[in-house]
Amino acid sequence: MHSPAPWDSAQAQQLVQRELARARAFLGDDGPDATALLPILHALQRAYGFISSDAITLVAQVLNLSKAEVKGVVSFYKDFRTSPPGRHVVALCRAEACQARGSETLAEHLAQAHGLTPGSTKDGVTLETTYCLGNCTLGPTALVDETKLLGRLDAPAVDRLVRGLKGA
Amino acid sequence: MKVFLPKDAAALSVGADEVAQALRAHAPALELVRTGSRGLLWLEPLLEVELDGARYGFGPLRPQDVTTLFEGAEVDLKHPAALGRMDALPWLTKQRRLTFERVGVIDPLSWLDHEATGGFSGWAAAKALSPEAIVAQVTASGLRGRGGAGFPAGVKWKTVREAPGARKYVVCNADEGDSGTFADRMVLEGDPLLLLEGMRICARAVGASLGFVYVRSEYPHAVDTLTQAIALCRKQGFLGDGFDVEVRVGAGAYVCGEETSLLESLEGKRGQVRPKPPLPAHHGLFGKPTVVNNVLTLAAVPWILKHGGEAYAALGVGRSKGTLPLQLAGNVKRGGLFELPLGLTLRELVEDWGGGTASGRPVRAVQVGGPLGAYFPQALLDTPLDYEALAAKGGILGHGGVVVFDDTVDLARQARFAFEFCAKESCGKCTPCRIGSTRGVEVLDKVARGEAREQNLQLVKDLCTVLTDASLCALGGLTPLPVLSALEHFSEDFHT
Ligand SMILES: Cc1cc2nc3c(=O)[nH]c(=O)nc-3n(C[C@H](O)[C@H](O)[C@H](O)COP(=O)(O)O)c2cc1C
Ligand code: FES
Repeated sequence: MHSPAPWDSAQAQQLVQRELARARAFLGDDGPDATALLPILHALQRAYGFISSDAITLVAQVLNLSKAEVKGVVSFYKDFRTSPPGRHVVALCRAEACQARGSETLAEHLAQAHGLTPGSTKDGVTLETTYCLGNCTLGPTALVDETKLLGRLDAPAVDRLVRGLKGA
Repeated sequence: MKVFLPKDAAALSVGADEVAQALRAHAPALELVRTGSRGLLWLEPLLEVELDGARYGFGPLRPQDVTTLFEGAEVDLKHPAALGRMDALPWLTKQRRLTFERVGVIDPLSWLDHEATGGFSGWAAAKALSPEAIVAQVTASGLRGRGGAGFPAGVKWKTVREAPGARKYVVCNADEGDSGTFADRMVLEGDPLLLLEGMRICARAVGASLGFVYVRSEYPHAVDTLTQAIALCRKQGFLGDGFDVEVRVGAGAYVCGEETSLLESLEGKRGQVRPKPPLPAHHGLFGKPTVVNNVLTLAAVPWILKHGGEAYAALGVGRSKGTLPLQLAGNVKRGGLFELPLGLTLRELVEDWGGGTASGRPVRAVQVGGPLGAYFPQALLDTPLDYEALAAKGGILGHGGVVVFDDTVDLARQARFAFEFCAKESCGKCTPCRIGSTRGVEVLDKVARGEAREQNLQLVKDLCTVLTDASLCALGGLTPLPVLSALEHFSEDFHT
């Protein structure tokens, strides 16, 4: 994972303005600025790893929304974190097709062998639950650091993965 | 020598990039083309080698196989992973690939390859027609929405076309949240230009100047390929003059696949469902008339325009016209995507195409249509996969996903999961869905502990009636399908 940068309000301001300009250029006068909210939140999380209260204040100010409105959106979407994750994030699919291929056993294994329960972080590795990664014939499946998709996972593969991530 | 290797996310998940690396190291003279996937996912990574104009398949391939497959300038056609000629492979020849014609065949981001394989001919046909005539073709095709609700596409387009307003939008729903489905993803990664062609045709038909594709964040590879495809289309002048498209990425909410919730999300709000009416066709994005269609619906349109609505309607059964990209997943030996005329039976799909379970144990349950779809027992596997036949058996076709479970499955646990999923993903706007689902989990837990079993099972049924009758959208409204089908067909699992 690219390591998130520490908060820098001037840089964050630029980033927000860039996303807003992009949305305005596409939509013209059609929509209110608030329509850029999701792209802005994604950009901020990509840069800083999570949505801090500084980020919420900034976004509210730029988009002319109340902080409560921005917070409401952040809390609605499970992607947006309000605290920093570990150095690496493993999102394990727990939806039906992966269940049929053993995802539940794998989740138990992660808890028992590695102390990783959903939502927890240990030795720099965060475990999250996701519902379907579109790899439903080749499960159990996990998405690592939002980029690397892994299929046909079993306990030994998960052990290698977690050991590798802890060391990296 | 030219070789083809998928860059599709499923292929990557089982090592396609590692095979590509081995190819570059061991056989640097080969011309390597990265494609989408053919959808024969049990064979991934599947490498194809072009010899005298024919393509030969090898799979599943491990990186170390590359050294034995290529000896100097020769390829070993008798290699243990050899599958023979791709155009003779029954898994492909028995399909009717209209939408997936090019997926797995060409580089999805090659303008030239796309044109050379008949790309943009639907748009060429549409340009020669009046907007009304385009709508008429789509209506004649009988195409129904592939996102889940099965609403006739032509009717929706006509409504938006006739709605008053200078501004209209085309929104492509690529939220594909149903477990067991990945067809949208495979189009986005394997033939995004086809989707953009379909959107452009739709825009002309309804009079829209802007479009959005709302892609779920769980699909980073698809987002990437689609973004590149849009840039390519702008460069080629196919987008940006009169009609333009932008990608928007979701943020992990299943309910944002519901069309009104999706529109709220596009507007930068919490993805809460809007009461209908008004329909998005009248009052959609920013209150303007809006077509919301699934990826597969829009991607079927270029073929329909090229060959005519009647040709499409000639396929399928009854009111279920055309082809459906079926997605076979879960505990199955040969899982993948098979595009077939509507109407084959569940048994044919699971047994003939799928070859039974991957574990080798008996098939016990098959869930059709995603997390809001029913569980079918062995006794109902002869049900045809069409909208009406499935509805008659208490199920839905949904987005065409079929998930297989062997005899180790516990349907009481699956029913509990259905309630749990609904509780987690509820947008919170209506009480039956938000609260009823949580009650459902609690009551099923009591059943599992053996507390007042008969009374509590009755309570589950009553809860389901409330969810069905009083939910604002199909998240709450259809959660009873997996629950009640589990209760009805697998009642023994609730009594142990
Ligand atoms: C909870 C819920 C989730 C949905 N998810 C999707 C989805 O991921 N993709 C989709 O195309 N339609 C989804 N739908 C259906 C849409 O509301 C809508 O019917 C569809 O986008 C219309 O396009 P179509 O007519 O081309 O199918 C969902 C519906 C509900 C109630
Ligand atoms: S169910 Fe796990 S990837 Fe689809």
